[in-house]
Amino acid sequence: MHIDLKTVKIDPLRQTFANVADRIGSDKPASRYQEATLGLQPDANFHYRPTWDPAHELFDPARTAIGMKDWYAFKDPRQFYYANWTMTRARQQDAMESNFDFVESRGLAASLPEDLKSTALHLLLPLRHVAWGANMNNFSICAYGYGTAITAPSSFHAMDQLGIAQYLTRLGLLLAGPESLDIAKQAWLKLPEWQGLRSYIEDSFVLKDWFMLFTVQNFVLDGLLYPLVYDRIVDDHLAMRNGSAVAMLTAFMTEWYEETAKWVDAQIKTAAAESTANRDLLSEWTRTWRERAVSSLVPVVTGALGEQAQVASDEVLGQFNSRAAKLGLSV
Amino acid sequence: MDMEASKKKLGLKERYNHLTRGLGWETTYQPMEKVFPYTRYEGIKIHDWDKWEDPFRLTMDAYWKYQGEKEKKLYAIIDAFAQNNGHLGVSDARYINTLKLFIQGVSPLEYMAHRGFAHVGRQFDGVSARIACQMQSVDELRHAQTQMHTVSNYNKYYNGMHSWRHWHDRVWYLSVPKSFFDDAMSAGPFEFVVAISFAFEYVLTNLLFVPFMSGAAYNGDMATVTFGFSAQSDESRHMTLGLEIIKFILEQDPGNVPIVQRWLDKWFWRGYKVLTLVSMMMDYMLPKKVMSWKEAWEIYGEQNGGALFNDLARYGIRKPKGWEQASIEKDHLSHQAWSTFYNYGAAALFHTWTPTDGEKDWLSAKYPDTFDKLYRPRFEHWEQQAKEGKRFYNGTLPMLCTTCQIPMFFTEPTDPTKICYRESDYKGDKYHFCSDHCKDIFDYEPEKYVQSWLPVHQIYQGNCFNPGVDPTVPGFDPLRAVLDYYHTNFGRDNFDFEGSEDQKNFARWHGDDAGGA
Repeated sequence: MHIDLKTVKIDPLRQTFANVADRIGSDKPASRYQEATLGLQPDANFHYRPTWDPAHELFDPARTAIGMKDWYAFKDPRQFYYANWTMTRARQQDAMESNFDFVESRGLAASLPEDLKSTALHLLLPLRHVAWGANMNNFSICAYGYGTAITAPSSFHAMDQLGIAQYLTRLGLLLAGPESLDIAKQAWLKLPEWQGLRSYIEDSFVLKDWFMLFTVQNFVLDGLLYPLVYDRIVDDHLAMRNGSAVAMLTAFMTEWYEETAKWVDAQIKTAAAESTANRDLLSEWTRTWRERAVSSLVPVVTGALGEQAQVASDEVLGQFNSRAAKLGLSV
Repeated sequence: MDMEASKKKLGLKERYNHLTRGLGWETTYQPMEKVFPYTRYEGIKIHDWDKWEDPFRLTMDAYWKYQGEKEKKLYAIIDAFAQNNGHLGVSDARYINTLKLFIQGVSPLEYMAHRGFAHVGRQFDGVSARIACQMQSVDELRHAQTQMHTVSNYNKYYNGMHSWRHWHDRVWYLSVPKSFFDDAMSAGPFEFVVAISFAFEYVLTNLLFVPFMSGAAYNGDMATVTFGFSAQSDESRHMTLGLEIIKFILEQDPGNVPIVQRWLDKWFWRGYKVLTLVSMMMDYMLPKKVMSWKEAWEIYGEQNGGALFNDLARYGIRKPKGWEQASIEKDHLSHQAWSTFYNYGAAALFHTWTPTDGEKDWLSAKYPDTFDKLYRPRFEHWEQQAKEGKRFYNGTLPMLCTTCQIPMFFTEPTDPTKICYRESDYKGDKYHFCSDHCKDIFDYEPEKYVQSWLPVHQIYQGNCFNPGVDPTVPGFDPLRAVLDYYHTNFGRDNFDFEGSEDQKNFARWHGDDAGGA
């Protein structure tokens, strides 16, 4: 049955703000994502040069070698703005809380085979520092990037990485207690197998081109690390050996990577499609840092995969290369 | 590893430390000074970032949960407001002009705060300080975005909001808030947090955010007041951060004290000047008044702020230099500001009006020493002129203060009948100021303030006309040409409230025949 409530109908004078209408047309209402994003950043008449970077304006497209006619060509396929980002994460957090409760209440941590637990801890706990590095890099992208369309999701991405660093920390506390975190930090700082990755990250901290940083961190490093660690090792290798408890405690990372890779891909694809110059730069950055990333990751995953490490990373690399090619890069 | 020992429940603080500061490390492949390159040049000395006390121990899981819950509730109300034409429930269509001022002048600052805190959230050497700033960064994005979504519904039905983004970067009075935030963001990271977290968020929020949100509550604007309540818990976190920051910096090194004191002198005055716009909003623009600017200054400035600076005295910090002058001006500020906007009502992108008789009596009661003597006669004169069909619009352009960028309408602290002029010479040019404190700020950093993009100077230099406009043609109307460059809907966004499209539409939609002209 249809019921028809009578309401006052008044015609709007306009559909949305000019900074939004300029990009979507003035004849239709804007979505929440569009009103929260399009043209939000100031782009004219900055009063003073930053004392910390006098060569640039406060927001300045010249902080990257990538060039765009319209910086709002970058779109987020998830259409995230603060509200739906935080509500999405709150739902995922609820699920993660149940996973942690489940593992704890059923004593699953204690029943994990000792060698398997040790493998998981040695691999995963130093990665909390890697996630923390990703947090810093994504705040660089947010702070020095150009246009809300890419800078706002970068701040969400950065906070997500802090969340990941904290889930890994909780995993350590649950499976082995606080000392395990200290041991992992020492490994991160001292053990040879971690030094390639640590130098990769520390070198990324000093990159000044924010789009290069986006490529180095979000596309190349995470594009190799997440499939290798969470798909190949946690969800596959460990789970087959009675280590599903570990997969439960890292379920967020698997789901998150799948979601955020779509956003990362959209940014790379858009920048590459803009010009040959962009495509060449992105391809070059990808090639250079990809070699470093792979050679840093192999020693890290060898503890878990043994001599299968090289094969697994070759496979992941192959998948990464076809992903890059699909986005228009020549790698 | 001894599993039994490690199973002992960790204390909350210890657990929180593992989840935050435990994540950082001393870099060795790149020197720390290169990883954090901006925290040394301001002269602030930090010996031990671990002395930073986390003001709120919030981890991401809890953050997502609380914030997600708040957003769900807020958007339910925004949706209901839009569906039910909630805008017709406000006290009087004049009220909507405060929202114009808000989206033109304040919301863009929320966005700037998002980017500014992203910058310091990356740059501070200490992990915990970074995390606190990062959370504020995304909170500020939340505020900018929820304000867009709240005001969006008003923008569909009323003028003066559609081109806020374009206006904020160009229009004469909006360079006041814009230059304020550009000033903070172009400063070093420590000055930024002292300026924004402490001087602005901690000392002055109750005089900026609260009057707008209380104004919304008093005037039946459910959407805005809901946003206000929803942002309140974020704001109290930001205020706590502001206090922690100032104490941390002051405790780290005695050499920091004079630097911070100079920043407090500067940023109190910069912030107070921005509040000029709020003072006239409270006294003149709200149809239902919350309290007078003078009362607000006495409670939130003199009493609360006074107590705060008494607390800080143990660090060797005194009240900011301009404090006494602000108290002297509390009887004049809003009247002088609103008079100026009334004058320049053709070039303002909200409506102006003279106060009703009832409002004039309210102002007399709230300002017994000044309103009847100095300001009532002006408004009565203008009212009389308007009745005779000669509504006064000032067609010239005012000189702006180089520092705060407000038109130079403020009077001498000792003589309310004399305009206050100050000036400085720098590299052969003369710079003008509205006050001793604005002159001091310039004199300390002239190389910064000579860069100011002063809208009136820019207009006179011919930089504020659309491409192709020829100012030499006979009959050229410069004001009209500037308003075109501003993307003004001439005759709809500007001029007196009386006779405006907003006034007529509101009355018509409201079914109130007595309304429109």
